[in-house]
Amino acid sequence: MTLRLSLSRLAALLRKETIQMKRDRVTFAMMLGIPLMLLVMFGFAINTDPKHLPAALVAPGQDRYTRAIVTALEMTGYYHFTHPNVTAPEADALMARGAVSFIVTIPSDFGARVEREDEPRILIEADATDPSVASGAVSTLSTVASQALLHERHAEAQAEAAQRGQLQVIVHRRYNPEGITQYNIVPGLLGVILQMTMVMMTSIALTREMERGTMENLLAMPATPLEIMLGKVLPFFGVGAVQVLVVLVAAKGLFDVPFVGSLPLLLWGVLLFVLALVLLGYTISTFARTQMQAMQLTFFFFLPSMLLSGFMFPYRGMPSWAQGIGEALPLTHFLRLVRAVMLKGAGLADVSTPLFAMGAFVLVFALIALIRFRRTLD
Amino acid sequence: MTDPAIDVHDIVKRFGDRIAVNHVTMRVETGEIAGFLGPNGSGKTTTMRVICGLLTPDEGHGTVLGHDLKNAARIKREIGYMTQRFSLYEDLTIEENLQFVAGLYGLTPAKDHVRDTLAALGLSGRRHQLAGMLSGGWKQRLALASCVMHRPRLLLLDEPTAGVDPQARREFWQEIHALAADGLTVLVSTHYMDEAERCHRINYISYGTLVVSGTVEEVIEKAGLTTWVIEGGDIPRAEALLEDAPAVDQVAAFGLKLHVVGRDPVALEQAVRSAAAAGGSQAAPAETSLEDAFIRFIGTDTSAPSDGGRS
Repeated sequence: MTLRLSLSRLAALLRKETIQMKRDRVTFAMMLGIPLMLLVMFGFAINTDPKHLPAALVAPGQDRYTRAIVTALEMTGYYHFTHPNVTAPEADALMARGAVSFIVTIPSDFGARVEREDEPRILIEADATDPSVASGAVSTLSTVASQALLHERHAEAQAEAAQRGQLQVIVHRRYNPEGITQYNIVPGLLGVILQMTMVMMTSIALTREMERGTMENLLAMPATPLEIMLGKVLPFFGVGAVQVLVVLVAAKGLFDVPFVGSLPLLLWGVLLFVLALVLLGYTISTFARTQMQAMQLTFFFFLPSMLLSGFMFPYRGMPSWAQGIGEALPLTHFLRLVRAVMLKGAGLADVSTPLFAMGAFVLVFALIALIRFRRTLD
Repeated sequence: MTDPAIDVHDIVKRFGDRIAVNHVTMRVETGEIAGFLGPNGSGKTTTMRVICGLLTPDEGHGTVLGHDLKNAARIKREIGYMTQRFSLYEDLTIEENLQFVAGLYGLTPAKDHVRDTLAALGLSGRRHQLAGMLSGGWKQRLALASCVMHRPRLLLLDEPTAGVDPQARREFWQEIHALAADGLTVLVSTHYMDEAERCHRINYISYGTLVVSGTVEEVIEKAGLTTWVIEGGDIPRAEALLEDAPAVDQVAAFGLKLHVVGRDPVALEQAVRSAAAAGGSQAAPAETSLEDAFIRFIGTDTSAPSDGGRS
C-alpha cells in the first residue's frame, strides 16, 4: 500500500513542486549560483602546486657557478628571486615577515669547491609553515642543481656522458603530465556541486511543509508516501542535469580538462549519484523537525564529505579509519568514477566497484526514507 | 436512520507521558452538524486528527463513515479536513492550489472542478492571485472550498472561524448549513458560544475527557444550574457580597446587569435576594446560558492543565 502509485496524483505533486521551486527566487538562484561560484573559486583560484614563489638569494660570491644555479632554479618555474642579493640576517627577516618562501644561500667558497670537486654545498631554506607550498619546489632541487653544475663545468656532450653512467629514475605523470590541479579539481567539483545542492534542497523539502503547516493538509489528502517522495525529489533531477551541463561545458571550455572516457558511462554514474543524494536529503528531511535542523544535519554530512572523500586531500594519505569513513560517503565513490572516466578513459568494467557502491547507497537511503516517512503526524 | 458518520469508542492518544485524549467515545449522526467545544489544549485537535487518520490512536476502536479507523487511506478519500492553520500553499495562486487539490483527489476533468469552485467562491477574477495575499476571511473560504471540492461525506473543521470578522463568520456558517442540508456531516470545533448554538449537537471535551454531549438544551440541563439576574441599585456592592457566598458558583457582570449562577436553587435564591436587598437592587430568575454551563464543566475538572493537543 505504501508503494501504490497514481500517475495523476504524482503529476499534481510534480506540478506543484515545480511551481514552488520556480517561485522561490533565492533558492533557484542559489542552485545555479553555487556551481558557478565553486567553479570560479576552485577552478581559477586554487592551485595545489604553486609556482613562481618569492625567494631571496644570499650569495656573497656572485660568480658564474652562482649564476648557473640561480638560472637553473628559476627555470624550474618554482623560484622567483625577488631579493637577489641580500645578507643572511636580511634574508631571515624577509622570511619571518613572509615576504619570501625560500632563502637560497650559496657560500663564498662555493666556486672554489666546485673546481676542486670538494663537495660543494648550497643551502635552501623553505618556509614550511605550509608544507604543500614547499614540497613541489623542494622535490625538484637536487637534480636541477647538479645538472646545472655539470653543464657549467663541462661541455654538453661531456655532460651527457657523465650522466650516462649514473642511475636514472624516470617519472611519468600519467593522465596529467603537467600536473595541472584543475584536471583533478574540476571533475571532482561536479560531485561536490551536485552534493551541495541536491542534499540541501531535498533535506528542507519535507520540513518546509511541516513548518508552514501544509503537511497536515497534504497528509489528510490521499497521496501516498512514495508519491510525495517522488514529487519532492524528481524536480531536482532537472536541476542536477543543468548543473552537470554547466560543469562539463566549463571543464571543456574554460579549463581544457581532457575528457577521454565515455560520456554515457559518466552520465549513468551521475544519475546513480544524484539518486543517492536526493534520497539522502529526503531521509534527513524525515528526521529533522525544522528547516534549520535539516540544514544543520546537512552540514554535519558535508564536512566529512569534503575532507575525507579525496576531493581536497589525497584519499590514500589518510589513516585507515578515515579511509573507512570515506568509503561510507557516496562522494568518495563518485569521485573515483568521474576521475577515472574523464581523465583515464575508464570503461564499465573499471568503474563497476564505484557504480555498485552508489547503487547500494541508493537502495539503503530509499529504504530508510520510506520507512521513516510519517504518513501520520505521530 | 442510517449508520452514524462517526462512531468511535474509548479513544486514547498519548504523546510521551502526556495523555492528550483520554477514553473519548463520540458518535456523530449522518447529516448532523456536531459542535466540538473545550478549552485550549483540551484535545480537540488531537481527536479530530485521530478521526481523519492523521494520528493513530494508542487505544480504542471505531468507524468513520463505516470504515474502520485503521483504514486511514480509505477514510482520507471520503472526508474533508480543514486545519486550524491555513494550510494551502501561500506561494501558489488560488487556481494552482485548487488544481493541486483536484489532482490529488483525482477529480476529472480537473479544469471543470476548479472553474466551478472558483465561480462558486466568486474568485474567478482573482484566480491568478497568490493565496498568501488573501485576507483572513477569504483564506478561510478558499480552504473550505478546497476541502469540499471532492464532495466528501464528512467534513472536519478545526476552529475554522478563529480570527475572522463577524460578517465573514455568519456567511461561513450559512455555507456550513447549506452543505449539511445536502447531507454532509460536519464536525466543527469552536470557542464561540453563538457558533456552538448553531450546531445540532455539541460535544464538550476538557483535559482529554469528553465531559458532556447532547443538544444545546440538554447540555444546559445537564449542567444543573440556576441563574439569577440582578439589576439596578448598588451593583458593585451586590457583586462583592455574592463573590464569597458559598451557594454561588459564578458571578459575572454584563453591562449593568449581574449574572449569578449556582447549583443549589434554594441556597442561591437566598444569597441573591439578600445581596440584592443590601444594595437596593432587583433580582429576577433568568435562563442559564451555554457559556454558564461550560464554565461549570471546566470548574469541575481539577486535573492539571496540559499544553495542548497540537503536536
